[in-house]
Formats: sequence, C-alpha cells, structure tokens
Amino acid sequence: MSADSGRVLPEVTAESQAFWTGGFDGELRITRCQDCRGWIHPPVGACWRCRSRDVEPEVASGRATVASFTVNHHQWLPAFPAPYVIAVVELDEQPDVRLTTYLTGVEVDEVTVGMSVEVVFEEHDDVALPFFRPVAA
Amino acid sequence: MTFADGKAVITGVGQSQIGRRIGRSGIDLALEAAERAVHHAGLTFDDIDGVASYPGPVAAEAGFVGATTHDVRDAFGMKTRWHVSGVETSGQLGTLMDAAAAVATGRATHVLCFRSVWEATAQASGRAAALTEKATRASGHTEFRVPFGAVSPANWIGMYAQRYMHEFGLTREQIGKLVVNARRNAGLNPNAIYTAAMTLDDYLSARMISTPLGLYDCDVPCDGATAIIVSRREEAAGLAHDPIAIESVGAALYERHSWDQRGDLTTMAAHDAAASMWDGTDLTPADVDFATLYDGFSYLCTQWIEALGFTEHGRVGEFLDNEENYALDGKLPINPHGGQLSAGRLHGYGFLHEACTQLWREAGDRQIKKDLSVAAIGVGGGPEAGSMLLRLGA
Ligand SMILES: [Zn+2]
Repeated sequence: MSADSGRVLPEVTAESQAFWTGGFDGELRITRCQDCRGWIHPPVGACWRCRSRDVEPEVASGRATVASFTVNHHQWLPAFPAPYVIAVVELDEQPDVRLTTYLTGVEVDEVTVGMSVEVVFEEHDDVALPFFRPVAA
Repeated sequence: MTFADGKAVITGVGQSQIGRRIGRSGIDLALEAAERAVHHAGLTFDDIDGVASYPGPVAAEAGFVGATTHDVRDAFGMKTRWHVSGVETSGQLGTLMDAAAAVATGRATHVLCFRSVWEATAQASGRAAALTEKATRASGHTEFRVPFGAVSPANWIGMYAQRYMHEFGLTREQIGKLVVNARRNAGLNPNAIYTAAMTLDDYLSARMISTPLGLYDCDVPCDGATAIIVSRREEAAGLAHDPIAIESVGAALYERHSWDQRGDLTTMAAHDAAASMWDGTDLTPADVDFATLYDGFSYLCTQWIEALGFTEHGRVGEFLDNEENYALDGKLPINPHGGQLSAGRLHGYGFLHEACTQLWREAGDRQIKKDLSVAAIGVGGGPEAGSMLLRLGA
C-alpha cells in the first residue's frame, strides 16, 4: 500500500491476477466458464454453475447497472474522504454477476438503484482498481 | 422429529460481568462465565468432558477472540474427551451445534460452550491498529471489497438494506421502531450497556454511518463472555433445571459464501438456515412464543423476522408498524434483553443466553409474562447464519 494514502490494496492471487491487472490495458477481465459460458466473480478456479474446471478470464464490456449502493459517511481511510459511494453493480453481460466497487464522478445524493455505469480504472502500484462512473444518458 | 434424536439438551448458562472498557482480559471473562454456567447447571468442572468455542484462535481485530478452548481447559485443569472451535461455521452458533452433535453421538457428556469478547477494552488500550496503520493488503474474504472503501460490515449490510428498502418500501421509521422497542426492553435489563430511553426521533436524528444505517443501527463493542452447557439428555435428569431441548437447528448455506453474489439481495443466508431448521421439526412459526434475533445491525434482525417465517417475505415493514407484534407483552416478543444494539455485542451467544434465561423464567423485570415453551434464535448476517429452535422440558 502507499503508506501516505491509507489505501488498502488487494493481495493479488493466481486466481485474481487478471482481474486486478487488466485495467493497465483498459480491460475489465472477468473469469468465464469455457463450458457453460457463465461469468464468475470473484474467481474461484471452477464454475459454480456447471462445475467445470475450464475457466479463463475474458474481457467484459465494463458496462453495468447499480444493484445497490451505500453512501458511507464515516471516515475510515484517508484515501476515501467521506462521504463517498460504494456500490454493488451487475454486469451487463450477466446481471447475477456483481462487483462491489467505488462510484466516482457522481454526487452522493444522485445515485439510484438501476443507474447505468461504466468501468474506469485507477492505478496504484501493481494493481488497477476497477471503479465505476455513471454513463452519460 | 428433533435434532440429533433429542439427545442433546441445554442444562445451564452463565455470563460474566458485561461492560464498556472494564479492563479485564478475555480469558478472565471467559473463566467467569464458565464458572457461572457450570454452577448454574448444578455440575462441577469434573463433570465437563467437552469444550467448544467460537471462533477459536483466528486472526481478527483486537478483542474479538477473548479466549480459546485451550485457554479455558488449561486454566481449570480440565480432562476432556472432545473439543472444537472454528470460524468457518454456521454463524456464531455453529460450534454449539457441533457440541450438541458430539453429545448426541457419545463423544462427550457435558460440553462447556463459550464466546468471550473484550473489544471495548482492546480498542481503548490502543491494541486495535487503525486500518490506516496496517501495512497489509486486503486478502481472503475482504479482497474484493476493502480496496473500494467498503471496509466495514456497515457498508456491506447497508447495501443489502438499501436494496430491500428499494424493493419493498421498508422505511427507516419502521426499522427504528424495532430499535426503540429493544432499547425499552434493555431498560429492564440490569446487565445491558445502554438503558436510557430512546425515542424514534433520537433514532432518526442520529448521525448517519453508511446509508441507510445510522449510529443506532450499529451495535457497539463491549467486554463480556457467555457460556452455555450442552448435556446428553439422560445425564440431565436431576440437575438444577428442567432441560431445554434443542428441537431443531439451521446451518444451511445454499449459495456462494459471499456478501454480494447472492441471487436475491433481499435475502441472506438466514433464509437458508431458517428453511432448513423448519424442515427438521414438526413445529411451525406459529408455535414460537418469543424470539432472540441477531441485531449486530438492526437490518439483520428484520431479515431474521422474515427468514424464520414470522411474516411474509417483503412485509416486515408492516410487521414492524404494529409494536404489538414484537413488544415485550406482545404476540411474539423479540429480544427481551435489548439485543446487541442495547445490551452489548456479546456476539451471538447473548441471544442463546437470553432465550434460555426466559424459558427458565429467570429474567427478572424483563421476564415475558405469558407461558413460554418454544424459543427461536437466529444468529448471524450476510453469508453467516445459524438458527436454533429450543423447547423447554421433555
Ligand atoms: Zn460453467
């Protein structure tokens, strides 16, 4: 982590490496089952739908919909000045596959369930965090 | 049809001193609770041949693990035939279910089960390194949340609550009525942390933590330990109390162990556990006399009300509108001790302790007036859930 930012970065594992580094190439890489074609997140080395072990990261569109959100008012980390918005977003490719993420480029009181968002990456050290921002109407 | 053929019963309970920053260690508190529970059951430590605890020696924030099974065994020089702890279990009640199963299968006769916390003292003494000082990375179950600022269960549970409120129109006023009712009950509980009267306005005007959860939707760290004695039924005759049967338990998790991938974000693992619990008994929600339901966050209590079938899915707001449904003198009293929000974060075990205390009619001023024979307990939130149905007597 960057000691001065108070940011807690993810530990990159064999399973999650593609997800955390795809952003350096501008790609949202989500694990996908090569047998049933279902998307999977977080990645766990197999497909929970069909139990295939043949899973690989693929590039998702980066478009998603806000399934829920919270406006955090408590100051936990210097890197995230309160208030800020955390959201669970559903991938356009498959709505039951969700990411927990940080919403950027939006006023905290303008977020709604159902809002269309798109990925935007923020690079820190060896990871590119997939944040999301509203899609211009 | 009962859990483990009805061979496991509860014979005693005990709690330590409970408070904020009382300056005692987690082991000290665990030993005090253990002594009281063993004595309460009418047993001695020579009778105890099993020990179970949640969560055991796991990495966690300071004060979260007050004592391990071995701490208590060693302190009292106990000779045991069976012991267990574990964090990968069905909410905080999971190891207690394992203890009951061990008793039923002959691996132990009387098991001391306990949970000890000293979070308030640990935090006051500066042992809880601020998140900002941690040089580690988010790993394990936090890897995909903490890097986005979703650092607190208030954030994760706030998002569940927001989606439910969006779908079904549940309001903060309705949740607040449940919180205020619990505080009213806590006023009758001499061991509760917060006993001062709270109004709905107090609730609504408290500072926001993570929408829609405000300050009074979040429990507070405390110091305290709870112990429960689980015994084999044929060894319970002649002890201090009419045994409490473990009628059924719920430990199910039907979906991924995840805070954000559950198919229906308006339900939680509580629904899986509760459904499984009802599958294991001929009793129904209508047979339940009162319930003690986890409210580490207020919203979790509303989830348990629905999950256990006390109202239809999506209608807990209407249930909460009418306080006669859940008040101390109501149809189905909920959290007569004040819940964790007011009585302190004893982390799950407090709900089981209160259920037994009420069934044995030892609850003092907060004793539910009507006849009691069946209690439902629901503990946990998100992907962690365990439930129990208790029945007084044989
Ligand atoms: Zn598959």
